[in-house]
Amino acid sequence: MEMEQQTVRMISPQDLLADTLRLKNGGYRLVAISCTNKDGMELSYSFDKNYELLTLRFVLTEEEQEVESISVIYPYSFLYENEIKELFGVRIKDIAIDFEDSLYQIPVKTPFGRKEGDD
Amino acid sequence: MGKRTVIPFGPQHPVLPEPIHLDLVLVDETVESAIPRIGYIHRGLEKLVEKKDFQQYTYVAERICGICSFMHGMGYCMAVESIFEADIPERAKFLRTIWAELSRLHSHLLWLGLMADAFGFESLFMQSWKLRELILDIFEETTGGRVIFSVCDIGGVRRDIDGATLNKIVNILTDMEKELREISHVFFNDHSVKLRTQGVGVLSKQAAFDLGAVGPMARASGIKLDMRCRGYAAYDRIKFKPIVETEGDSFARISVRIKELFQAISIIKQCVALIPEGDIKMKITGNPSGEHFTRLEQPRGEVVYYAKANGTKYLDRLRVRTPTFANVPALLETLKGCALADVPILILTIDPCISCTER
Amino acid sequence: MSYFSMSKILLKNLFHGPYTTLYPIKKKESFGRTRGRIEIEIDSCIFCGLCQRRCPTGAIKVDKANTKWSIERFQCIQCNYCSEVCPKKCLTMENQYTSPAHEKVRDERIKCTNIQSPNT
Repeated sequence: MEMEQQTVRMISPQDLLADTLRLKNGGYRLVAISCTNKDGMELSYSFDKNYELLTLRFVLTEEEQEVESISVIYPYSFLYENEIKELFGVRIKDIAIDFEDSLYQIPVKTPFGRKEGDD
Repeated sequence: MGKRTVIPFGPQHPVLPEPIHLDLVLVDETVESAIPRIGYIHRGLEKLVEKKDFQQYTYVAERICGICSFMHGMGYCMAVESIFEADIPERAKFLRTIWAELSRLHSHLLWLGLMADAFGFESLFMQSWKLRELILDIFEETTGGRVIFSVCDIGGVRRDIDGATLNKIVNILTDMEKELREISHVFFNDHSVKLRTQGVGVLSKQAAFDLGAVGPMARASGIKLDMRCRGYAAYDRIKFKPIVETEGDSFARISVRIKELFQAISIIKQCVALIPEGDIKMKITGNPSGEHFTRLEQPRGEVVYYAKANGTKYLDRLRVRTPTFANVPALLETLKGCALADVPILILTIDPCISCTER
Repeated sequence: MSYFSMSKILLKNLFHGPYTTLYPIKKKESFGRTRGRIEIEIDSCIFCGLCQRRCPTGAIKVDKANTKWSIERFQCIQCNYCSEVCPKKCLTMENQYTSPAHEKVRDERIKCTNIQSPNT
């Protein structure tokens, strides 16, 4: 089986915009932004060029920590960022089109941001 | 400056198979901008991975969407197999490819029908769905299910197709190809089809790249992006070329999908010719530990499966980025400046699957 | 550009007649693999409870004390997982599906264990 080359590069949240801009200039396409809620919020930004996947990753340990939106570089990241904001409750600021918690029509606030027994 | 109006479009609308809501800002009859809203069928299936063990979740993954159900199951299984670093038997890879391409046939035929219905060509809609029925019968005969197959499993597949049935499938597809040529002749040449689709919703190559379009949407704008070129399953042994059109209008999107129908038939025939004998499933023991991104080409485009396992039987996280989610920004762009009457057609040209989008 | 591009197909359809079947007067034949519903051969069941534990929807209940096996028909998703894990292979997938109903249907199967039998 072909084992795809998958690079995961750990970065610090402050370097996110600079690293993303470098990838954008390198001709990369944004594939997905994923969030994992386990020992802090882990954000993974995946990019693709010539079918090779490159992921930038950092973990937010403090709850109140804010993250810059990359929508100034990749305008279409606004959907991913709004989704993460509404489902996980990660504070992403300056999203190009900020839905302010009205993209998803769901009754529960930040359903994926909770842990077992939070209710 | 004309009069500005906001029209809510959806979540219930005759052309929408599934609920998405768009606020259309109109100046007279021209759309100025569109604001999407989703979440009407958010089921939290990604979260369910923490409650169902990784074997059981195969059946949940298949139910993310009813149209590309097989490919969702396959994507999930491939992600978990990659974590196990398991190389599944060759025959299973070919069987997966056959079912995946049959799924593409059924999905594209369904879409062609919906598209014909959207521009009011009822009899063409019936013809497309009549052909789709043949594919559904093949599914029922080989897997037992017409829509949800429950046939993909971690480590291989759960059903074999014997040689006689494989030849029967090839015969059905050969007959179907003739009928397909007749309908595609209508789609390619009919006066009314051309009037409604040519030059409508043009997305340039640069715009498609800048907006992150995937699948037929990107290929219709001239971007050669097809995850099957990565050679997962048996695609590395199959001869095919991504189908690319350059016009970027609705007609080009129809054209890409019709050509992919013939391509899918050709891929299935190649698979039947090449399929080796052997096991269809390998035994996988223990619990997964690690993480993996898997990408494959669904009928609607690139899907990303991200699985993260922690060594127990429950995964930490499963993330599914579906093609419709990636195509929404491109849809919003094509809607700008179009006439209100063209909105249903433009929404359909991205082949929206909202169940996939919201999971 | 062509105008009467559909006419050939339409004429063919006119002479062919309907492609549909008149359900329920005429029923479509099922295939050998068609997933209908799970049935149990209760006499060979050992009530190990594996099907209950593996069922993704929790449709199956196994009661070892009363030698009772039951399934919530509309909760079952016909995935066939239970019949694959069954150590005695007493669960099978039948082709006929449960007919639609207004209420939930729970089918019970009880194994007759003749404990008063003089042989035991």
